[in-house]
Amino acid sequence: MSEIRLMKGNEAAAEAAIRAGCDCYFGYPITPQSEIIEYLAEHGRKRNVVVMQVESEIAAINMIYGAAGAGARAMSSSSGPGISLMQEGLSYIAAAELPCLLINISRGGPGLGTIQPSQGDYFQAVKGGGHGDYHLIVLAPDCVQEMADFVYLGFDLAEKYRNPVLILSDGALGQMMEKVIFPDYDVNKHRSPKPWATTGKTPDRPPNVITSLHIQSEEMEKINLRLQAKYRTIEKNEVRYETINTDDADLLLVAFGLSSRICQKAMELARLEGIKVGFLRPITLYPFPYDALNKLADKLKGVLVVEMNAGQMLEDVRLGVCGKVPVEFYGRMGGIIPSPEEIVDILKKMI
Amino acid sequence: MTNREDVLLEDMEVVWEKPHTLTDVRMHYCPGCAHGVIHKVLMEVIQEMKIQDQIIGVAPVGCSVLAYHYMDIDMHEAAHGRATAVATGIKRYLPDKLVFTYQGDGDLAAIGTAETIHACNRGENFLIIFINNGIYGMTGGQMAPTSLIGMVTSTTPEGREVYTQGHPYKITESVAALPGTYYVTRQSVHTPTAVRHFKKSLEKSFKYQMEKKGTCLIEIVSNCPSGWKMTPLESNKWIEEYMFPFYPPGDLKVDGKLVEKKILKSAESRKEA
Repeated sequence: MSEIRLMKGNEAAAEAAIRAGCDCYFGYPITPQSEIIEYLAEHGRKRNVVVMQVESEIAAINMIYGAAGAGARAMSSSSGPGISLMQEGLSYIAAAELPCLLINISRGGPGLGTIQPSQGDYFQAVKGGGHGDYHLIVLAPDCVQEMADFVYLGFDLAEKYRNPVLILSDGALGQMMEKVIFPDYDVNKHRSPKPWATTGKTPDRPPNVITSLHIQSEEMEKINLRLQAKYRTIEKNEVRYETINTDDADLLLVAFGLSSRICQKAMELARLEGIKVGFLRPITLYPFPYDALNKLADKLKGVLVVEMNAGQMLEDVRLGVCGKVPVEFYGRMGGIIPSPEEIVDILKKMI
Repeated sequence: MTNREDVLLEDMEVVWEKPHTLTDVRMHYCPGCAHGVIHKVLMEVIQEMKIQDQIIGVAPVGCSVLAYHYMDIDMHEAAHGRATAVATGIKRYLPDKLVFTYQGDGDLAAIGTAETIHACNRGENFLIIFINNGIYGMTGGQMAPTSLIGMVTSTTPEGREVYTQGHPYKITESVAALPGTYYVTRQSVHTPTAVRHFKKSLEKSFKYQMEKKGTCLIEIVSNCPSGWKMTPLESNKWIEEYMFPFYPPGDLKVDGKLVEKKILKSAESRKEA
C-alpha cells in the first residue's frame, strides 16, 4: 500500500532503498548525506538490509562491487570528496557491467570545499570521473519525492542495463523536508534474473567470473565496442526531461536539480513582466536530452543555463543547441543558491 | 594405426589425477614459481571437501591476476588492494557460501593495508591466502612492503634501507593481534612436507569458515625465481636462509588464541634484522 510521509530528502532516499529491495548498503559518513546511512542503520537492518559503516569510501565501493557481483541490489551514498574516492571502483563496476546505485548529495568544492549545496560534480558524474571509456546513468532529482522515486528507478535501470546508476542530488535536496509518497512496489517483479552472478559454480554451468581485465588489445576493444553499443541503446531509450511553457517561449531556461526549482519561479516572475520564458529540466543528465534542445532551439531567441557551478551542463546545452541561438550562463558557486530575481535580471538583458 | 601413447595409457593404472577443479589452461607462471603449487593444493582441497559449488574466490592484481583462468570455480577479480573489501561484499550478501581471497604482498600489505586490517578486525568470516615473496613479481621485481632489509630489487638497486623505505612489514603478526582473526598461520610450499602442512591449514580454514569462526589468514612464504634472479632451487634455498629467519613458519594464532612463542620468536628476529 502506498504511504504519505513528511521527510528529509536523505531519509526519503533511504526509505525508498529499503522498499526497493536494497540488499546491501556500504557507506561512510560525510556531511550533508549522513542521514542516509543513519536512517538505514535504524530502519534497514530490521528489514533485512545489510547495512555497514566501513573504513572508507574506497572499501565501500569495492564491497558494492563484490555484493553486486554476487547478485545483490547494492548501493552506497556519499558527497563530493567521498564520491571522488569511489571513482576507481566505479570504473571497475562499469567495466564489469554490474548493476548498483550510488547517491551523491553533493557539496561545494573543489577540495574539502564546503558542506553547502552545489552542482559542481556534474562533470565528474556525467563525463566519467574514473578512468576509461564508460558512462554512469545519471538521474537528477529536483524534490524530495524524486529523491525517493529515483531510487526505485535507479535500481531498475541499473539491472536492466547492468550499469551503475548515480543519483546526482545536492545538500539542499538532501536536507530539506517535503511531502513524499511511497508507492506500491513489488520487489520480486522488478528484480532481474542474474545467471552471471558469483554464487558458487554448479555442475550445470561454466564458472562465473567477474572481471574487467582483458589483456589482449583485440579482446579489450571488443569489450569497449559492446559497452559503447549499450550506451547508444541507453541514449535512445532512457532520455528523460521536463518542459514547461515552451510553446510560445522566446527564451528558454535550462537547469537541473535544485537550480531548476529556482528557474521555475524565475520563469513565473519573468512572465508577469511579459517576457515569454520557457523551461527545460534534464532529468537524466546522462543520457542528455540533446535532441529535445536542438528542436526547441529552432523556435527560440536565446537560452539561459542556470547552475550552481561555473558552467558544466552548459557545455552539453551548447552541444544540443548547436549554435542555432545564443546560449548564456548564470551560475553561483561555493554553496550559494541563486535567487529568482538574479535570474530575471539576466533574462531582461537577453531580450 | 593406434597411437603408441594411447595403448600405454590404457594399460596403466591411474595413481594420481590433477583435481578436476583445476582447469586445463596452461599456467603463465615462471618456472619454479610457487603459485602453481599453491593453486593446485587449493583446488585439491576444494575438490576433496566437495565445496566447489559453495566457493567464491577473489583474485587480486599481481602475478595471480589471472587465477580465475586456472580455477574452475566462481571468481571475482578485485582492484589492486581491494580483495578483502570485495570479499566482504560477497560474504555479507551470501553468508552461507565459502569465500577466499588470494593476494600478494603488495596487494595485501601495501595498497590494501586498510582493507586487510579492517576486514580482519571485523572478523569477516572468510579465508585470506597471502603469498609473500618479498617482491612485486608482475610489474618487474620492484620492492614490496615485505622486502627484507638489504634486499636488491629494481627500485632498491643498492638494497632496501630503512631511512627511505621503512621496515619490512609483518602484517601477519599485525592481524594475528586483532580479535577478529581466528586462525593465523605462516606456511610455505618449498618442500613436500611444507606442502602437506599448507594443505592441512587450508582444510582447517575452510572448516572454521563453515563453523563461522571469523577471519582465517594463511601466509605462504614464497619465492620469485625471476624477480630474485635465481634458479628455482636457489630460490627455495634462499627462502630457508633469508626469509624464514625474519618470517618464521608456523601458527601465530590457533582457536582465536595467540601462540605466544611464535610472537616472541618473531620479535627477536625483527631485532636481529
